[in-house]
Amino acid sequence: MSDSYNRGLIEDFGRWREFAPGMWAWILHKFTGWILIGYLFTHIAVLSTALGAAGNTAAIEAGDDVYTTTLQGLEGLFLVRILEVGLLAVAVFHILNGVRLLMIDLGIGLESQDKSFYVSLVVTAAITVASVPTFMTGVGV
Amino acid sequence: MSTQQEQPPETDDTSTETVESSTDAGPAPQDRRMEEKADRRARRERTADEIDAGTETVHLKVFRYDPEVAEKQEPRFDDFHVPFEKGMTVLDALIYARDEFDPSLTFRHSCRQAVCGSDAFFVNGRQRLGCQTQISDLDGPVRVEPLPHQDVVKDLVVDMGHFYEQMHAVEPYFQEEEDLPDGDLEEQFQTRENREKVKMSTRCIWCGACMSSCNIAAGDNEYLGPAAINKAYRFAMDDREGEELKEHRLRILEQEHGVWRCQTQFSCTEVCPKDIPLTEHIQELKREAVKKNLKFW
Ligand code: SF4
Ligand code: FES
Repeated sequence: MSDSYNRGLIEDFGRWREFAPGMWAWILHKFTGWILIGYLFTHIAVLSTALGAAGNTAAIEAGDDVYTTTLQGLEGLFLVRILEVGLLAVAVFHILNGVRLLMIDLGIGLESQDKSFYVSLVVTAAITVASVPTFMTGVGV
Repeated sequence: MSTQQEQPPETDDTSTETVESSTDAGPAPQDRRMEEKADRRARRERTADEIDAGTETVHLKVFRYDPEVAEKQEPRFDDFHVPFEKGMTVLDALIYARDEFDPSLTFRHSCRQAVCGSDAFFVNGRQRLGCQTQISDLDGPVRVEPLPHQDVVKDLVVDMGHFYEQMHAVEPYFQEEEDLPDGDLEEQFQTRENREKVKMSTRCIWCGACMSSCNIAAGDNEYLGPAAINKAYRFAMDDREGEELKEHRLRILEQEHGVWRCQTQFSCTEVCPKDIPLTEHIQELKREAVKKNLKFW
């Protein structure tokens, strides 16, 4: 960003300590957005390296092609399961807050922007918690 | 100037006395000042006694900085214990501290009733008007700092130059020349509905709190800022200005550093002392800009 303020010695004074809800929403939205982008590229990388099995019908039927083994290997890791739960939380929040921002852009309910932020947080938490049993089944810890 | 070199109340006064005598020629004014100083010290002690006596006091922590005096270039906080009175505002407390304890304490104020917009400070981590903020609503100690993201001239005084430039950049004045009424005594009417629409936006007192709270404005100096956009809204939405003028205004607003910089953080709306729904106005102008540019052909 172009020339911003430089207050020199005083720069550290009068800094943000208390964030308002709208500010938190903004920060979380950016943060989750970057994580989703990061995930997207990891996802592409994993899939494209595991595609060696394409066309090899015998291996696919036997279930020991690169794709199956890679994914099963990943799913077997406890860490990956945790990351999946995290990914779900990030995606759900990003979607809900995205809807909230859409509403704001349309000029709907601007007075309750803080409430809608809290609602997105609560719903995200609920969905994440509810997803844990599904994600964690049969994990070889 | 010499009185401004007085040290904060906590420190010993002796060090500055030498500075004073070197700058003043005659002994008479110096004596007078020494007397005043002793007087103030006595008063300070009296207030300190009052604190001991259990009188309710407000603990102010005030940001101090003066680039023109070598010993004051290091930013610091001074503590003041001001006797509390019912209904006391932050500005009242500052005025008391300045009048009774330290005349060099510098801040702007004028109307004392949230009209002039000159005393926006960063109080307890939030932009507020000193005169509009009740001490009793705050948790002590009350920390008063100059507005963030603006150059500090001295103590609590910030340089508003840039803010005013942005305000002027949106041409904040009525420009209609086409269909003015003919007769001298004829008024140019605005419908009640239209007046209602711009009502909130006309309340801005140019205090700069919103601009200071906006972290986009902090990162991008050219961003018009909430107050200026709100000013533009006031005129763009006024029916008495024709379509052409409205387009002209929207052209200013939809530039790179105009409305599209707003990321709806709502910080400005939270801090505006006149309760102007700034984000709402900015969003509405964004929609206007889209409408103007969208063509289905
Ligand atoms: S819009 Fe509100 S916060 Fe901003 S300058 Fe005007 S009165 Fe102050
Ligand atoms: S002194 Fe005028 S707005 Fe506070």
